[in-house]
Amino acid sequence: MPVFYGTDTASRLMLGTAQYPSPTILADAFRRSKAGIATVSLRREAAGGQAGQEFWSLIKDLGVALLPNTAGCYSVREAVTTAHMARELFDTKWIKLEVIGHGDSLQPDPFALVEAAKILTDDGFEVFPYCTEDLILCEKLVEVGCQVLMPWGAPIGTGLGLNNIYGLRSLRAHFRDMPLVIDAGLGLPSQAAHAMELGYDAVLLNTAVAKAGDPAAMAEGFAHALTAGRLAYDADPMEPRDMAAPSTPVLGKALL
Amino acid sequence: MTRDVTILGAGVVGLCVATELMARGVSVQIIDPKGGPGAQSCSWWAGGMLAPECEGFTAEPEVVTQGRHAADWWDQHTDVQRKGTLVVSLGRDRSDLAVFARRVAAAAPVKPTELERDLTQFSEGVVVADEAHLSPRQALLDLQKSLSQKGVEVVTTGAVEGQLIDCRGLVAQDVLPDLRGVRGEMVVISCTDIALERPVRLLHPRFPLYIVPRGDGVFMLGATQIESASRGSVTLRSTVELLNAAYALHPAFAEAEVLELGADARPAFADNMPRIRKLTDRICVNGLFRHGFLLSPALATKLADLITKRTEPEVWYEDFS
Repeated sequence: MPVFYGTDTASRLMLGTAQYPSPTILADAFRRSKAGIATVSLRREAAGGQAGQEFWSLIKDLGVALLPNTAGCYSVREAVTTAHMARELFDTKWIKLEVIGHGDSLQPDPFALVEAAKILTDDGFEVFPYCTEDLILCEKLVEVGCQVLMPWGAPIGTGLGLNNIYGLRSLRAHFRDMPLVIDAGLGLPSQAAHAMELGYDAVLLNTAVAKAGDPAAMAEGFAHALTAGRLAYDADPMEPRDMAAPSTPVLGKALL
Repeated sequence: MTRDVTILGAGVVGLCVATELMARGVSVQIIDPKGGPGAQSCSWWAGGMLAPECEGFTAEPEVVTQGRHAADWWDQHTDVQRKGTLVVSLGRDRSDLAVFARRVAAAAPVKPTELERDLTQFSEGVVVADEAHLSPRQALLDLQKSLSQKGVEVVTTGAVEGQLIDCRGLVAQDVLPDLRGVRGEMVVISCTDIALERPVRLLHPRFPLYIVPRGDGVFMLGATQIESASRGSVTLRSTVELLNAAYALHPAFAEAEVLELGADARPAFADNMPRIRKLTDRICVNGLFRHGFLLSPALATKLADLITKRTEPEVWYEDFS
């Protein structure tokens, strides 16, 4: 199971906490999927300072590790401020760093991301950067102190799955020991299984689960897919080949 | 003369409960510190859509079945428009419309301009015919007026007489610790360039919007849903999102006059479903979430059955006494 900044986790699934029909359904999704980490978005819910208390206590009651995020931040300054609020509110050094560069695609701003990641790691934060699969960007993030990378599969909320298999495979090959998490873009369990087969350590989901007709069932489906994909990765799968390869020899078979 | 029942709160729940009990010959008094329905209750800021089928897109099935009687109940007390609900999405969010049509059985495909001639930029939509809307403030005032005609005035303070029914909404957190606030924000605009006859819902992955016509060119835009009990005034961000979505619905809304911005927190339990909860000293009716006008009639009826016939409600009833 993945280790993030020295902390063992019991699951390869991280779940977001936004957009569920109700907190009860959110809790069911966690229960049935046994997700180990909950990401929480600070911006909207904190509108009135302590005003989101009841929702926070519902999230805390899930009994999973909390990973606050800086969702919806468009600048280094906003992201850093939000991270500080999160550290105070949730009493954790963890921060999922999102610095959005483009309002329509919600694509990360790689330059601002590296800058914010440096400021926050220097300040003692343990940063989980939401990034693209760009190798050089990921190297820069590691240089400034990130010990986890969270490349997107596809833009947030699209459900398009893993858009750049080559890029994700190269990233895995390049950062052999770094925990890598697919963040954003997954819509179906099969895509999560694929991420596991590529050797990724975990996936983060929100929309795919929260917006399903039955969020708890979908979360459980994803959990099974992660188990299947990881088992396959560990089992050293066969290589694909062009020619058919009979599993029983043809030569010498009795002619009927 | 001692009254049979004392109701705390003159929001939509308190007034519906009072109306339903009076109709069964139970005498009531209503206590509300503000002396009547008004800006202190979140129902003052409601959309007033009686749209159980559309709500079923995200709400539990019980909300749909219990909400189906709301339009008939309200029809006896205030002006109810039965024009259905039109649901549209922008071209690039077409998949959201497909999902909506799949999950809401009562939704039928329609060309939006067949229902609302001004919505020319939408080529596809769905309609839920058997839904209605009302004007929430008018409805509250109509209930108050008809109660007043029967001798029931809302008093600001007084001794509890008879059975205590607590309909205070979010304020009742002192006796309902599992109640939470879910903030909602709305905008009222005036725009004579566009005519809409029925509520229109714009599906959008980030900024879903509904717009409810109030007549005379007045429209209510709502509503955000934020996990916060803050009752502070509308944020700039929410205002921009709501107005932007209205502009996406029709560019002519850009010329609309903003009449009012409002915000409040709705009371909700963790499953976003309401409760009739019996405590030792009172019966609470609370947690109607975004379904105050949709579910108050059903809850008032169940409560009246409980009081007059001792029939325990088949759903949403808890006896903690």
